[in-house]
Amino acid sequence: MIRTLLTSLLIVFAGMTQAETLRMAVTTSFNNSGLSDVLLPVIKEDTGLDVQLLIVGTGQALRLGEAGDVDAILVHSKASEEAFVAGGFGTHRREIMYNDFVLIGPDSDPAEIAKAKTAADALTLIATGQHSFVSRGDDSGTHKKELALWATAALDPAGFEAWYNPVGAGMGASLNTASGLGAYIMADRASWLNFGNKGTLALLFSGDPVLFNQYAYIPINPERHPHVNAAGATSLETWLVSDKARELINGYTVAGEALFTFNAGPK
Amino acid sequence: MTDIWQGLVSAFWLVVTLDADLVEITLRSLQVSLSALVIASLVALPFGTWLAIRRFRFRRTTIAILNAFMGLPPVVVGLLVYLLLSRSGPFGVLGLLFTPTAMIIAQVIIITPLIASITHQAMRELWAEYHDLLISMNIPSRARIWTLIVDGRRALLTAALAGFGRAIGEVGAIMIVGGNIDHATRVLTTAIALETGKGDFALALGLGFVLIGLAVSVNLIIHALSGTERGSRW
Repeated sequence: MIRTLLTSLLIVFAGMTQAETLRMAVTTSFNNSGLSDVLLPVIKEDTGLDVQLLIVGTGQALRLGEAGDVDAILVHSKASEEAFVAGGFGTHRREIMYNDFVLIGPDSDPAEIAKAKTAADALTLIATGQHSFVSRGDDSGTHKKELALWATAALDPAGFEAWYNPVGAGMGASLNTASGLGAYIMADRASWLNFGNKGTLALLFSGDPVLFNQYAYIPINPERHPHVNAAGATSLETWLVSDKARELINGYTVAGEALFTFNAGPK
Repeated sequence: MTDIWQGLVSAFWLVVTLDADLVEITLRSLQVSLSALVIASLVALPFGTWLAIRRFRFRRTTIAILNAFMGLPPVVVGLLVYLLLSRSGPFGVLGLLFTPTAMIIAQVIIITPLIASITHQAMRELWAEYHDLLISMNIPSRARIWTLIVDGRRALLTAALAGFGRAIGEVGAIMIVGGNIDHATRVLTTAIALETGKGDFALALGLGFVLIGLAVSVNLIIHALSGTERGSRW
């Protein structure tokens, strides 16, 4: 009896001994794009860091950082990031790379957004025709970007009728919903290209500079949370802005398309 | 329909080729849920039996609450455990968040009321039968509980297997407290949620079939080991 108990306790605690690890909260698009699978093994080789990814929305990533449950975050929502650093939760914000958002919809394109000149025009066409639209609705970076675009088009989603569907889910789950409804949706290019359940959906609009999506790296402030792996966070940052990272990020393609553009600058 | 077929095919290949990632997350699923089962059973089986034989003031309330807690929403349990284990929470210094231990803690909370409640229901019947005998022999309370546990082991096995079933298929709580970290806290259910999110339904379904197969195997093994349903035995 006692032996069984001890063995079960051993099993419980066996999972706790690990090499030097660094926990980083990242957005779904970073992982869904497949880029993390390329970068992490090389990071481990070069820096010895075992980077553990928590794949969440930007909203949750910031909360995890505020609570000190991760050592660094890699997200894409500039205004919230700056507030995060100003609040003393992170030491600084370092831009790493960008990708872009695209507008997806049924390939018949009833709203004719493919002919639109700007992203705001495209959204106005969808709203005027009341074509069904799926919104992330989960306070993620993508969701915040979408809300900002509606604002540029001088439209307020709060007043929209049943054609506007905030699903409160991650990028993939929202794309599944859009695929099922044959609805329009805004997604990041990486998640879209890697998405396996496209159905009748097609990429209809992209290229407007307002759709660029900047990723930034923020180490958690060790003064606020003394237990964080600050040394590890620094060496990861050094790696992320290195020439090797530039090569891997710029060279990463899915279906022949480059997804991310490295643009790390000085602090 | 083609998706379901592709799911079966991908489950077949995952199992046949003993995919390294699959083996890893399957073992972790078993590690987490079996550990949770052992701990929850150690608490719930004696507690459920004790509830059946003891009469005390708030017994009815306790039983009603226990029954209600059988339906504890895993997401809420996950969120509470997250807030307790978070670095900013009361137990943050332990550094348990995003480890298998945190997942075990959440699952223990989810399945203990379920096992205790089923135990109580079964033991109540048995106690009605044994009551006069055990009282007339003047058996002390602790020995009464032990007698009931030994003689009611079949019903208790059902209670434990129900708990295991809930634990192995649970995703809401362990997603929050474990974080679904690759090679650290990813288990079958969280992997299924991830692949569904990527729109890779075939792989998600394949993993789902592996999970169902795992649950069936564990049940078969436990039944075989405890020698039930064999020959003329009841």
